[in-house]
Amino acid sequence: MSSREKILSEVLKNQPPAVPLPLISFKGNEQDNVQEYIDTFIGIGGKAVKVDDTDSVKALIGEQFDTSKRMITTLSEFADTLELYSPQADPHSFENVELAVIKAHLAVAENGAVWVTEEVMGQRIIPFICQHLGVLVDAATIVPTMHEAYAKIGSGDYGFGVFIGGPSKTADIEQALVMGAHGPLSMTVFIVNR
Amino acid sequence: MEQNLHKSVTQARATAHTPNTFFGGKSHSELAAEFNRDEEHVTWHDGALWWIRQKRDKISKQIPEWEDLREAASQIKSHLLSSLHDYLIEFENNLQKNGIKVHWAATAEEHNDIVYSILRAKGITQMVKSKSMLTEECHLNEFLEERGISVVNSDLGEYIQQIDQEPPSHVVLPCIHKRKEEIGELFHKHLGTEKGLSDPTLLTRAARKHLREVFLTRRGALTGVNFAVAETGEFVVCTNEGNADMGAHLSEVHIASMGLEKLIPKKHHLSVFLRVLARSAIGTPITIYSSHYRKPRPGQEMHVVLVDAGRSRQLGRVDFRDSLKCIKCGSCMNTCPVYRKGGGLSYHNTITGPIGAILAPNLDMKRHADLPFASTLCGSCSNVCPVKINIHDQLYKWRQVIVKEGYAPKGKAVGMKAMAKTLSSPGLFNSAGKFGRWVMKHVPFALNNSLNAWYKHRDMPKPPSRSFAQWYSRNKSGNKNI
Repeated sequence: MSSREKILSEVLKNQPPAVPLPLISFKGNEQDNVQEYIDTFIGIGGKAVKVDDTDSVKALIGEQFDTSKRMITTLSEFADTLELYSPQADPHSFENVELAVIKAHLAVAENGAVWVTEEVMGQRIIPFICQHLGVLVDAATIVPTMHEAYAKIGSGDYGFGVFIGGPSKTADIEQALVMGAHGPLSMTVFIVNR
Repeated sequence: MEQNLHKSVTQARATAHTPNTFFGGKSHSELAAEFNRDEEHVTWHDGALWWIRQKRDKISKQIPEWEDLREAASQIKSHLLSSLHDYLIEFENNLQKNGIKVHWAATAEEHNDIVYSILRAKGITQMVKSKSMLTEECHLNEFLEERGISVVNSDLGEYIQQIDQEPPSHVVLPCIHKRKEEIGELFHKHLGTEKGLSDPTLLTRAARKHLREVFLTRRGALTGVNFAVAETGEFVVCTNEGNADMGAHLSEVHIASMGLEKLIPKKHHLSVFLRVLARSAIGTPITIYSSHYRKPRPGQEMHVVLVDAGRSRQLGRVDFRDSLKCIKCGSCMNTCPVYRKGGGLSYHNTITGPIGAILAPNLDMKRHADLPFASTLCGSCSNVCPVKINIHDQLYKWRQVIVKEGYAPKGKAVGMKAMAKTLSSPGLFNSAGKFGRWVMKHVPFALNNSLNAWYKHRDMPKPPSRSFAQWYSRNKSGNKNI
């Protein structure tokens, strides 16, 4: 008997009589998703700013980041200031990226996380390997809780997707919080009001 | 530098540091006594974990439906366990549709063989690993290193534990028992940081620099799995550091090892689990990264290893099967007075704390017979558990199983036999009480000595002059002169 058959037969023999799935009908409070999002995300250690258009994002990037270093994006509207990278490039080649700017599908007010898939990342490694991460979020796509987020995502057609809720962090050394464990040292969310 | 690290890690492993030999066969109370030698540090440890427990309380109270979420999470897992067979098959089908290779491992040894054969087929001799309690349980690192494959643990806490040749002491905070000065010393030795450096930010930066080089040069990456969705054939890995993703997305081969119990039926169930996991674990609203892996990257190989290693057996133990609902948040450890004062390494098991004490006897009842007794049965663990496992009831029930099977710690077995005899005979009970009061009054050292753990750090109470039965019979007969 293969291990597969052995495991499955043991599980079948030992599992308890079937109990039904509970009905999941949680709903968030839709009051002011944008303000709740900003408060939560800043509380985590992220930066969140409301912007009116692409130009104001470009101006903020110029002020807040070292523009002499490599800055990349998947967004064609930034092609005049940032490098548009190829989704086919070797992922190791992004090791020297200072800032990556991508766009999220949606964001979650209760925990500050943005949902991004391979499609908007271009390359899976991008939001992890860059020193600083910038994410554009359309204000209208902010949902109150994870329940609304998964309702929007549905089954989804992606090879990889991730909720990102701030800069990479650790508190493994005596519980002292340090931003920038292995991933970005900072994360800025630009909330675009259209 | 890096080669030195590998050399030293390999040498350390070669000197047979499997956790059983690491703990030297010592009991929980012996290991906890060793941890208690540094009283000041134990006080810090106690306070640090209690602080996390308080953060969990604070953030959970911001969610009005918190208790309903716990109940939902618990019921989803009850349903999962009751239909695990079918969900495993559904998951396997969907993984295969997604282009992920599926492997089944009945034992820890088989798991290790599978991982080794995957790496060997690709000629990989260096692997980076993110946090995975399962592979710690299987002693994968030692196994691979004996076969010429070096492994670097990339979670900062696990990396620190690895270079110190110790197992993790906590599922979420692997080196919570260590002082920053000790970590500074380890980094000085292994990473060449300045001697005496103990600033957590600077130490983290040194590790970041070193481990980035590791991520960039490893062709093989192994991650754990937090949740696996049967419905879609994807698996979710939660980290705050981003180490799982740095390893996986730069690798040619990504292996994800998971216990059978990590499955959940539907994708939208993730909303319930991701809402309770980080809040329970460290009092934050969500982990920084909740990564959903569904298909390999073009040109990459992705493997999932489904591991039983005692889980199907635990599923058959009616009183203990609910322990398989665990989502490894560690909240039962943070709240446990015994854990906070005794340290995680005192549990001589990969999964420590209260949940470890109900999982471990299933793996090796004889070796872990003392663990269900390492509890006050205060019930705090059950009260904070996000999937509502009745941990303290199970601890109590394991004690009965262990005594019945003849594995009770010796002192306890003798004591319990004497107690059973005394309590079943009123005459013996009365004279034993009389004798006890006489002993406490006249020869207190017979009780208060180094053989009696109850008197460590405690004072003797004053013995009563008579028993309750004597008091009652006088009082009942109308004699109020008591």
